Amino acid sequence: MIEWVNSILQGVLTGGLYALFATGLAIIFGVMRLVNITHGDFIVLAAFVALVVVEGTGVGPFVSLIAVIPIMAVFGYVLQRGVLNPTLGPDLLPPLLVTFGLSIVIQNLLLEVFSADSQRLKIGAFETLSINLTEDLAVGVFPLIIFVTAVVLIFAIQVVFNRTSLGRAFRATSDDPVTAQLMGIDHRHVYGLAMALALVLVAIAGVFLGVRTNFDPSVGPSRLLFAFEAVIMGGLGSLWGTLAGGIILGVAQNIGAKIDPGFQILAGHIAFLVVLAIRPNGLFPRTRDD
Amino acid sequence: MTEATAQGRYSVIRSTRASRGGAVAGILLLLFLAAAPWWADRATMRLLVEIFYILALAQMWNLLAGYAGLVSVGQQAFVGLGGYMLFALAIFTPVGAAWSIPLAGLIGAVVSLPVAFLVFRLRGHYFAIGTWVVAEVFLLGFAQIQTLGGGSGISLPVSVVRDIAASRSGRDAVIYLVALAVVICIIAIVYGLLRSRHGLALTAIRDSEEASASLGVDNFRAKLMIYIFVAFGTTAIGALIFLTKLRISPAAAFDINWTTTVIFIVVIGGIGTIEGPIIGTLIFFLLREPLAQFGTWYLILLGLVAVVIMLKAPQGIWGLVAERWDLRFFPVQRRLRFEPPD
Repeated sequence: MIEWVNSILQGVLTGGLYALFATGLAIIFGVMRLVNITHGDFIVLAAFVALVVVEGTGVGPFVSLIAVIPIMAVFGYVLQRGVLNPTLGPDLLPPLLVTFGLSIVIQNLLLEVFSADSQRLKIGAFETLSINLTEDLAVGVFPLIIFVTAVVLIFAIQVVFNRTSLGRAFRATSDDPVTAQLMGIDHRHVYGLAMALALVLVAIAGVFLGVRTNFDPSVGPSRLLFAFEAVIMGGLGSLWGTLAGGIILGVAQNIGAKIDPGFQILAGHIAFLVVLAIRPNGLFPRTRDD
Repeated sequence: MTEATAQGRYSVIRSTRASRGGAVAGILLLLFLAAAPWWADRATMRLLVEIFYILALAQMWNLLAGYAGLVSVGQQAFVGLGGYMLFALAIFTPVGAAWSIPLAGLIGAVVSLPVAFLVFRLRGHYFAIGTWVVAEVFLLGFAQIQTLGGGSGISLPVSVVRDIAASRSGRDAVIYLVALAVVICIIAIVYGLLRSRHGLALTAIRDSEEASASLGVDNFRAKLMIYIFVAFGTTAIGALIFLTKLRISPAAAFDINWTTTVIFIVVIGGIGTIEGPIIGTLIFFLLREPLAQFGTWYLILLGLVAVVIMLKAPQGIWGLVAERWDLRFFPVQRRLRFEPPD
């Protein structure tokens, strides 16, 4: 019994990381109506950027965020204005195929530069530190930090969207880009800022990913699928829903792994398909995607 | 058909000079290709088989994405399913390898119904990623089936291989002709479909979903029909692909590269035309032969070319050609010719 409680607890904590993957995706979709197929590769790219910073300067992975966050944010802004803005329009095909093409390009460039070897960002003994809740139940300090960070960041993003002028610009552009322009908002710049903000989250998620698990250039697409499943299960337009979606996914995967290691990922996908069959708009929908 | 009115005579033109000339050239090319077992060596025939099945896959994806607007990045689900159905039918039933191909297609069509029930709930972009999740479920699911080799895969039994033809050159010829027949059937069916009433509805959906719905097209039904048909075709092609490979594993069967390659081919060649995938396939293989040695750089190049084409010329290479010279080898549109009264 206690083993199952443990599985669920670890799953909830893993869900925090998935929610972090998913929040960036949700922001990009919410503001630009763009589904970013490159999202998983961005996360892996951030992990590799952190690896370069760590190996080049000798700082720890968390300190490396001082460099990784601005690098990813600028990358996101430039990519949005230079490549992705021209694809936005009534036709769904161009943004989809451009981000799909970019995904292949990034994966193969990483493969060419870093080879297919597994990498890891190391934080030393801290990684295995844990707190004993009861005699048989313990939580890792690092997974707990990831979870708390995810909750704090989602809260902060909510504040940005609801309380600041930047958030107002995001919401206005999302609702009606033409009217927003009439009010003096440059929608291209706003889109660039939204992508930059999303990639700040991606940078943090990438470093957490690199510390928690091994990564190589090919693991991006599966992170995209986890992020996507968390967003859809939670319901579009609701960031707390996205957190719930991430937790459901993490719990499903951990329970699946408990039954049979081969079922881990499969159980997560099946949980997603079940939610899709029962509640096509997700569990906590705020907006429709049309 | 011609209709006379007081203002003059109207007639609907459905063929072009290029299509009539192209038909003659096409038949000659077909005869030449059908005779390949008598003039081509083994390596050439293997390359042609690969070109045939990639072209067939490209036509299927183009029908799905280019006409029905269903951009799937999970068609490898059906490619892999076809491969596994070929192996399952060949190992557990007395059905011969050649008959397994259409049979696998039928199974694919049946399987596509519950899949469509789920993924059609996702709109636009989300549909794309949803199909990818389904493909992953297929991959992980088939890896659990121990009688089909589990995660490490399985080979086609020697007795089944011998059944195709006794000698190696005989087998090569049979597989080659089956592959040629499959690609011809696929193109013929797509062409026939697009020239029919349903094709008119699909073209309308491609150009504007709102307008086609307002003119009485049942968009959902038309899309569902295409999704099921494309599942049938893709699964049958998957069976053919793994008939040429004689070995299958989940990682090879449900490889996203089946879809990636085809997307690049269709985008570069020209989406939403029958000629586009043909041009794209030729370019893909012409470039691959000299560039394959560069491995990942070739994929990077293809990805960049696809991105640039989508940004600068979304109608692709064939779209540019057709626009510039008004050239159509597979005319699917109707043109009205008007002759004033004498």
